[in-house]
Order: sequence, then structure tokens, then C-alpha cells
Amino acid sequence: MGERVGLEVSLAVSEAVKLARAEAVAAYPITPQTHIVEELAQMVADGDLDAEFVMVESEHSAMSACCGTSAVGARTFTATASQGLALMHEVLFIASGLRLPIVMAVANRALSAPLSIWGDQSDVMAERDCGWIQIFVETGQEAFDQTVCAFRIAEDPRVLTPMIVNIDGFTLSHVVEPLELESQEAIDGFLPPFSAQVVLDPDRPVTIGPVGFPELYTEIKKQQNEALLASHQVIVEVWKEWADSFGREYRPVESYRAEDAEVLINLAGAVAGTARVAVDEMREEGRKVGLVRTRLWRPYPFADMREAVGSAKAVAVVDRALSFGGPGGPMASELRGALYPLASPPVVAGFVAGLGGRDITVGDFRAMVDETEKIVSEGYTHEYRMHGVRE
Amino acid sequence: MAEKTQSAEFIPRLLPPWELLAEGHRGCQGCGEALALRQILKAAGPDTIVCSATGCMEIITSPYPETAWRIPWIHVAFENAAAVASGVEAGIKILQKHGRYREGKVNIIAIGGDGGTADIGLQALSGALERRHDFTYVCTDNEAYMNTGIQRSSATPFGASTTPSPAGKESIGQRTEKKDLPMIVAAHNLPYLATACPSYPLDLMNKTRRALSTEGPTYLHVLSPCPTGWRHPIDMAVEMGRLAVESGVFPLYEIIDGKLRLNVEMNKRRPVAEYLKPQGRFRHLGPEQIEEIQRFVNEYYDRLIYRSQCDAEAPPTPHEE
Ligand SMILES: Cc1ncc(C[n+]2csc(CCOP(=O)(O)OP(=O)(O)O)c2C)c(N)n1
Ligand code: SF4
Ligand SMILES: [Mg+2]
Repeated sequence: MGERVGLEVSLAVSEAVKLARAEAVAAYPITPQTHIVEELAQMVADGDLDAEFVMVESEHSAMSACCGTSAVGARTFTATASQGLALMHEVLFIASGLRLPIVMAVANRALSAPLSIWGDQSDVMAERDCGWIQIFVETGQEAFDQTVCAFRIAEDPRVLTPMIVNIDGFTLSHVVEPLELESQEAIDGFLPPFSAQVVLDPDRPVTIGPVGFPELYTEIKKQQNEALLASHQVIVEVWKEWADSFGREYRPVESYRAEDAEVLINLAGAVAGTARVAVDEMREEGRKVGLVRTRLWRPYPFADMREAVGSAKAVAVVDRALSFGGPGGPMASELRGALYPLASPPVVAGFVAGLGGRDITVGDFRAMVDETEKIVSEGYTHEYRMHGVRE
Repeated sequence: MAEKTQSAEFIPRLLPPWELLAEGHRGCQGCGEALALRQILKAAGPDTIVCSATGCMEIITSPYPETAWRIPWIHVAFENAAAVASGVEAGIKILQKHGRYREGKVNIIAIGGDGGTADIGLQALSGALERRHDFTYVCTDNEAYMNTGIQRSSATPFGASTTPSPAGKESIGQRTEKKDLPMIVAAHNLPYLATACPSYPLDLMNKTRRALSTEGPTYLHVLSPCPTGWRHPIDMAVEMGRLAVESGVFPLYEIIDGKLRLNVEMNKRRPVAEYLKPQGRFRHLGPEQIEEIQRFVNEYYDRLIYRSQCDAEAPPTPHEE
């Protein structure tokens, strides 16, 4: 049984990084991620975390330095958001291509322009194809637990793929929540030190990051993708072990009152709490509504999603990101693709909401469910709807 | 003559035997950058990790599954060699502290071309220098983006014709003077910085050793003749470097704890025309422009002499006896 505390979620992430005994952190300030790395810097300054903290001059350099620390075999963590993540873009693909198991917290925030420091998930959705394992968490406890698990998953010799833990900016990163912090001893038992097989070491010289000519590039990329797909199995194993050790269970998708539901809400992140209240209200009124929260986003959990929503009439997908000129939101289009092979797939109603810090209320969820039912009875009239737009 | 034969016999025996950059890489014939790399690695020795920026030297040495690197090597991207080296240094430091990495000093060298250093990588370099990482940054300066086909960089000299700064009826080629990168680096107050050229192999190797054995960030700016981009005959790379130094176009100096020292002080410099003439990139220049270049070179060189004299008379630095 861990210690029960009330803690700002950002600091819970820092605690997890400390308990994971991260050896290197290279980072750059950006709201709403800053508290995570400030706290880590303080821990290093106080001697509570024996790590190298490198305050670099940009996020591009943060991710580049992380490649360096990871390539010599140090357990490596960083955090960023929004413009910072966008600036890392180039190096994200390289980190995964080099199979460097860096763990990164992203305190999700909107992308400029117009400049917005407030939350949505556009930043990470623009990086969804960067080859990293990506999950969304809902609570402070989950942020803590998943940050520790992320090191186990990323560093597993079968995986060796970097991992992003998405934490909604402000609505999760900056709130104080009650949570259980596990002891150092317990975490040490769960997470052994990083033991990399291929490192930069003069005793065993290796070449990392060569040029790939057309004869081999495709094969290398296939291998990388296979490792990412296969990580699903490892992720489930690690979460099972976490549950056995600490009693908190995690699955790639979480269903709530979904068994007999006709309309399911699908979303990712902290707004699930509000959605659950809306589901309870509608259930009380006798409406068959449930919630499916996407935790694992990459690799996309095709089978889990089909199983979770396949027998519903419709799914209202609420994306906090907009794919300009495309199919609306990335989660909706991904789900449509996943359901397409089914004989009679549910209707997928796409909603884009909660951009740039706009709240999504219980009323909003009710309205989106209403509209989804209308689409079921009257058919599709549009690809997606931007919900909650002021007229 | 007798002296020459003697040094030809003895000097190779004084050098370390290892060739840490394997033969058979894909560099152009007569490449001055590859020559610089070979000499730098000879001086650095096997306990060295190199972080390369994208560019000619990275491309020619690492066609997967082959590699020319007999030491551990990493390439991440174009503009971030200094940031990657920062991470390598920080990572080794903490791992050694935890007893999770071999003991003893490991030389960390970041290498970038002039484009990867003076232009796109300048921010990452400045950051790494300011943070005082213990590493050596080497800029192999062939005065243009050669890997992508001879495009001008901010290190391209006045009057050079490159693909996006071509000479033509209305153009003399590159319109601006070469960015003085070593002096920008010097403004970071490094304990050691030097300019060098593979045409002076012992000088380059000694400077490499000195840079690596100095604690903290150090910097080598290595002029690297490129027959392909400079359009000079392939057997002339060494000669071109000598002409650059002897004409004063590329002065060899060191700045140690802020004090500048000219290494090869030329009382009688060769005319810059002798350096410019064998190179196709300067072929279009007329006497007036050559005169202008001569004037730049004289002024700059005189300033360096003046500074070196002032620095010699300045109070001793903590490291001087
Ligand atoms: C971000 C980015 N922009 C552009 C390039 C294309 N590029 C690769 S190497 C190179 C030129 C390198 O020039 P330099 O640094 O001078 O090295 P050289 O090849 O001359 O040795 C360029 C422009 C790239 N790889 N990455
Ligand atoms: S283009 Fe120049 S620098 Fe590049 S490999 Fe050829 S000679 Fe060397
Ligand atoms: Mg160049």
C-alpha cells in the first residue's frame, strides 16, 4: 500500500520519474509542462534524484540531447507541450528510428496561431505517426502509474521504442488530486535499471544513425513498425504486472457502462470524468449510453476497439484536435478505419470540441449524444461537426 | 632537402598507428574533409565517441550496413550535433558516477560542416558551449553546403560562385564576407579554440590533442579544401590548404583562455591571387575584385597580429605560469 497524498499532477509525474531513478533529463520550459521539469531540477538540486539535469536552449536540442543520453545507456526523461513538441518533430522520428527508449510527458496544449497556452490535443495528434508509443491518461494516479510503467515498456528489449504519456494541459497537469505514491523499494522491485544492449562505448564500437539506401530502408522501417505493433502485447503484460503489484488495473481501452449501450462516447484524456457524469445522467433517464476511453493510442488497439464498440449502434467520437481539410478529428477517422471491416459497423459520428481550452460540459456530451442518435435515424449529413462553436 | 627526407621518414613513426576512419569510404577523390577527419581521429585515439551532423562526412562514412567508423559513432540530424554531444557527455558522466559505464576518460567530439555549424546548428552549438559540456566541437569548413550540391553558406567567402550564388553577368557570386565563426565561438570564453587545416597535419593533430585534453568545451575550426566544390584539381587539396594559410586567407591561430596566438606568422605572405587562381569557384573574378579580397585579407590579418601582440603583453591567465 503506497502513501496517500494530495499532489499537483505535474509533481506526481516528477515523483514517478524520481522513483524510476531516471538518470538524465534534458528539457526546455513551456507552459503547461514546466512544473514537471522544474520539480525534477529541484529534486536534483536537493540531492533527492541522482541524475544529470540538462537545461538546453530549445526543445529541438532537448530531444537531441535525450538521444545522446539514451544512446550511452542512461534512463532518459523529458517533457514538453505544444510548440515545444512541434519543434521536436524532426527528432521524434529519429529517436524512434534509432530505437532509443526515451520517456516523455506531454502536457497537451493547443498549437498556434492564434497563440494559445490552453489545453487540447492538437500537439500530439500532429505527431501521431512519429513511431512513439503514445497513451492518454485521465487522472493523477494514472499519470503517476503510467510514467513508471512507460520506462518498463519502452526499455523492454522486445520493444526499444520511445513512449509519450499524454497529460491534458491545465485540466490535469495543474490540478491537485489525491493519489497513492508507491515506495522506492516497491518501484525498484517493479522496474530494474535500464540495461541497453547497444550503446556508444569505445570497448564495443557501434555505428548508430547511418544512411539507409533504397535497398534497405523499407525493411528497416518494417522492422520498426513491427516492434511498435508488437509492443501491444508487452504493454498489456506490464500493466498486468503493475496490477498484481499495486492493485490498479489498466487496459488499452476503458469501458464504462458500455455492455448494452446503444450509443457510446469515445474520447481520450481527463475529460472522461465529465463524460462519465453525463453517462450516469442519461442512464438514469433510461437511455442506453456508455463511455469508451482510449488509453493506448499508438500502437492503435484495433482489436480492443472493435470489441469495445463493435456491437453498439453508434459511437460519438469527441476529438480535441482538428485535422484541417480532412475527416475532422484523428480519433474519429481512426475508429472508422478500424470498424470498416465489420459486417455492420456502428455509425461513427465525429465531433471536434474542447479546442484551445474550451470546456466540454455535461450538457455538451448530452447534446453530442442527441445528435448522434439523430444521425442514426436520419443518416449522415456531414463528415463531422465542430461542437460548441459560438454563433 | 636532407631535412625533408628525414621528416618524411620520422614523422609517420611518431604518429599513432591506428586508422580509425577506415579506408574505402565514399568521399570524392582528394577530399580535404576526409583527410581532416582521418588526422583528427588519429590524434584522438580509440577512446573516442563521435557525434556527426548530417553532411558529406556523415553520408560518405555510413552507407548502412557498411561503416567507416572504427570508434563508436552517432548521427542524429543536421543541426544538432552539439546537442547530441551534450547528451552523450551528460549521460556518460552520470553512468560513470553510478558505476554503469567503463571507467576513464572518453573523448567526445561533435563534428559538423560549415553549414551545420555556422548556419543551422549555430544555436545548438552556442547552447552546448555555454553549458560548459566537456567536449570538442570540430567544424570542418569547406565553405559551402557540399553534400547537397555546393550551395552557399554563411561561411562561403566573398566572390565564390556556388549554385545559389552563381557568378553571372549581374553577379560576382557570393556578395558578402565569410562569417567569422571562430570569433563568435570565442565569445563563449572557451578555455581552448584553434583554427587548423589538414595541410598542416602535425599542427592539426597537436591541436586536436590539446582540445581533447583541455577540460570544458573546446573548438577546432578546420579549413577543409573540397575539390568538387572549389573546383580545383583533385591532387591539390593539400596544396590549397597551404596556399590558404600562406596567403593569410586562413590564419592558423589558437585562443587559449582568451589569449590569441598566431601559430604560423607570415612576415611575407603570398598574394591571395595565387590561392584564388587554381579554384574554379573564383575563376570569374577580375583584378579589381581580387584586389578587394587582398585588402580584406590584409586588414584582417593585421588586426590578428595586433591582437596577438596585445594578448602577449596582457597579464597572465590562471593557466599560464
Ligand atoms: C533540417 C535539414 N535541412 C536541410 C538538410 C539538407 N542537408 C543535408 S546535408 C546539407 C549540407 C551540409 O553542408 P555542410 O554542413 O557545410 O557540410 P558539408 O556537406 O559541406 O561537409 C544539407 C543542406 C537536412 N538534412 N536537414
Ligand atoms: S563534395 Fe567535397 S567535402 Fe564532400 S566528399 Fe566530395 S570532396 Fe569531400
Ligand atoms: Mg560545408
